[in-house]
Amino acid sequence: MTPCNFTLIRNPFGQLVFTGAEGDVHEGVVPVRAFGITAPDEGLALVNAHGKELLWIERLADLPEGPRQLVVEELANREFMPVISRIVHVSSFATPSTWDVETDRGNARLVLKGEDDIRRLNQQALLISDSHGVQYLIRNRQALDKPSRKFLERFL
Amino acid sequence: MSALLGPDETILAHLELDLDKTLRFARGLVLVTDRQLIARSGEEPAWQAFPYRAGLHLQRRDHAGVASLELVDEQRQLARWRHTLGKDTNARQVLDHFEQQRDAAVSGQPVEAPPAAICARCGAPLVPGQDDCPSCAKELYTPPSTWTLFRLWRFARPYRGQLLAGFILTLISTAATLVAPYMTMPLMDEVLIPYQNGQPLDTGKVYFYLGGLLGSALLAWGLGWAKTYILALVSERLGADLRSQTYEHLLKLSLEYFGGKRTGDLMARIGSESDRICVFLSLYLLDFFTDVLMITMTAVILVSINPWLAAVTLIPLPFIVWLIHVVRDKLRHGFEQIDRVWSGVTSVLADTIPGIRVVKAFAQEKRETSRFKDANQRNLEANDRVNRLWSLFSPTITLLTEVGLLIVWGLGIWLVTKNQVTVGTLAAFLAYIGRFYTRLDSMSRIVSHTQKAASGAKRIFDILDHVSSVPEPVKPQHLTKVEGGITVERVGFRYGNRTVLRGVDLKINPGEMIGLVGHSGSGKSTLVNLICRFYDVGEGAICIDGVDVRNIPVSEYRKHIGLVLQEPFLFFGTIAENIAYGKPDASREEIVAAARAAHAHEFILRLPHGYDSLVGERGQALSGGERQRISIARALLIDPKILILDEATSAVDTETELEIQGALDNLIKGRTTIAIAHRLSTLRKADRLVVMDRGVVVEEGQHDELIAKEGAYYRLYTAQTKQLDEQLAERESEE
Repeated sequence: MTPCNFTLIRNPFGQLVFTGAEGDVHEGVVPVRAFGITAPDEGLALVNAHGKELLWIERLADLPEGPRQLVVEELANREFMPVISRIVHVSSFATPSTWDVETDRGNARLVLKGEDDIRRLNQQALLISDSHGVQYLIRNRQALDKPSRKFLERFL
Repeated sequence: MSALLGPDETILAHLELDLDKTLRFARGLVLVTDRQLIARSGEEPAWQAFPYRAGLHLQRRDHAGVASLELVDEQRQLARWRHTLGKDTNARQVLDHFEQQRDAAVSGQPVEAPPAAICARCGAPLVPGQDDCPSCAKELYTPPSTWTLFRLWRFARPYRGQLLAGFILTLISTAATLVAPYMTMPLMDEVLIPYQNGQPLDTGKVYFYLGGLLGSALLAWGLGWAKTYILALVSERLGADLRSQTYEHLLKLSLEYFGGKRTGDLMARIGSESDRICVFLSLYLLDFFTDVLMITMTAVILVSINPWLAAVTLIPLPFIVWLIHVVRDKLRHGFEQIDRVWSGVTSVLADTIPGIRVVKAFAQEKRETSRFKDANQRNLEANDRVNRLWSLFSPTITLLTEVGLLIVWGLGIWLVTKNQVTVGTLAAFLAYIGRFYTRLDSMSRIVSHTQKAASGAKRIFDILDHVSSVPEPVKPQHLTKVEGGITVERVGFRYGNRTVLRGVDLKINPGEMIGLVGHSGSGKSTLVNLICRFYDVGEGAICIDGVDVRNIPVSEYRKHIGLVLQEPFLFFGTIAENIAYGKPDASREEIVAAARAAHAHEFILRLPHGYDSLVGERGQALSGGERQRISIARALLIDPKILILDEATSAVDTETELEIQGALDNLIKGRTTIAIAHRLSTLRKADRLVVMDRGVVVEEGQHDELIAKEGAYYRLYTAQTKQLDEQLAERESEE
């Protein structure tokens, strides 16, 4: 259990303010996941604006209700990894290729610069970085529909 | 929307949002006018307007590919808009215009004429109101065409004479091989069948026809040899050209490209895939041509002998063509996949072999073996998938041809009984058909090789089509005499989605020595890479003597830059060759002089062959300090006006550092020098220290001034001296 000897509030500027056990105040605190993909809910850190770690959170569930809410909110604000549920169309099988995809965050169009930008996370999951650095996740490529799998197959 | 704008209110900049507040893809708009900021995010029903007033601030942040624009006043956040980094250029323009307009509105002074807009990627001037540079937008997203094999023509052009000769030879030799079956017809009808019917054997005719058969065989042999030789010669040369041109192009690409590629993959593309194309051109393409010719010629002969029989013979042909078409597409994906998987296998090798010391030190041989096995397994699976289809394909073709033969036999016998054709004609027909179908069979086999070559060609053209992200200027400006003054103006840069530099301003006078200090990750090396033009700036500009570096031809520009790196890289070759790397035509005197100045002369003389001693792949026989001095000599020899020392002394101990320091002092004399050093003590000679932190310059000045300021530099310095003191104390206590 993480000892709760700190306070975390959101100021009117929308930033998180952390007050430590010694009364040190840090504005613009940011929650960061240590293992963003493999274990998102374990091992989080609160770091200040200078990138210094203020608090290590073993498990998100260990936090008391109030701060946890804030951390979850802030994470949702920062994290952007659309999960691709369907590949509607790809402009060409040679890269750079423009893909129209359906994601959990709405429809999007991404430009794949090269096949190397598709990273295998494990047997099923893939991480695709587009030309602007946005990362798209495919959780289970076997679970995609057949046309999507066909499109994908050509790039793997 | 126009209802929102007052009369003669003008829009100065706009940003199309592609995300809403909850980070879902949705459209929105942020507008900067000369009176206010208007915005609507995707999910909001109404527009929000923020007239300019004092205290209003717009802030921009980005993280993991998503940027946010926040509007705040003194008390609180008023609004926040989100967009992906693709819209970043627009966001910055919005930001710039917002600040100008707000200041103007607050102070009541009219806005100074805004600086002419330039493309943030390539620096080309933009038409007002246009946000994306047309040349940049075009360059990135056009995929290479799929007719890749035809693009090989570009490499074949120089050999068109030989190719034509080869083609004509193919034509004649194919014709020659078709003479033989034709002769069986009179041999049977005029000699054998009359003899069987009781007439005497016409020996003259027998000799004539046998001689003809032998002659045609010899002719076909000679011509076949000539065409194969010529075409093989051409295709080898073509393959060699392809390899060297790809390599040449590859080396011209920016570091950004190499950063994103795996060595093994690139090696596979240039090595084995160009070889495969070469084999395809020399063997299979030739065969294919011969096959096509043979089939057409045979078809013509067959029709001329007996149109009915010919028609029956050709029945399986459409089926075969259809089958080829179906299988071809599937095979091509399969082979592309095999290629990719295969480069995965090479990549594992390219990863582990250079890192073999680490692998052994941590006893991870088993793990690496299993990693290789995994890659190999994937290779196996990909091959299996293709083979499953392929193994079915060939027998099917054979079956079809057998059936065809059967039909011809049947029809032939029927026609003979009806006295419509002679036995000789039927025999000749069957001889032709045998050839016809073998050809068809081999032609269908070529599908796999064509597809392999096509996918190989595609992967090679992937490299050839890649436009360097450090492009050569369209209208190059030449530097006549370099003074060495460097100006860095509002430079921003990011690697992928990680912003490394944000608005760096720096002015370096000719001949000045600058020490760049800061924590690791503060952007020092990136700044230096940008000054070397290994990458191009994301925004802003870097100028040498007032000329934007992007307007100077790359190789001409780099001639003026000497670089000494933390890990000196020595190529396989002699020491003299390594020193003269940047100036291969340097005389021996120059090399010795450079080595002397770099304090390398004496240790080189101690080596068994002096300057002619060989140094290994990574110069393993030499110590770190010795290698570093060779690389200093290398930089000295080209006599650059601008010198960059990127942690030149970090990898060596303090004693060696003292040795190198002498060499470095010689090196920096009279040159504009930018030195990055972790150890602050090595920057004693610097005229000015520049402290960087998280992508911006935070302090500038001399050592004493900065210490007195007690700012970022002071913290760095005290942290280091404290560490040093502790180490000293530790050492004393041990003694």
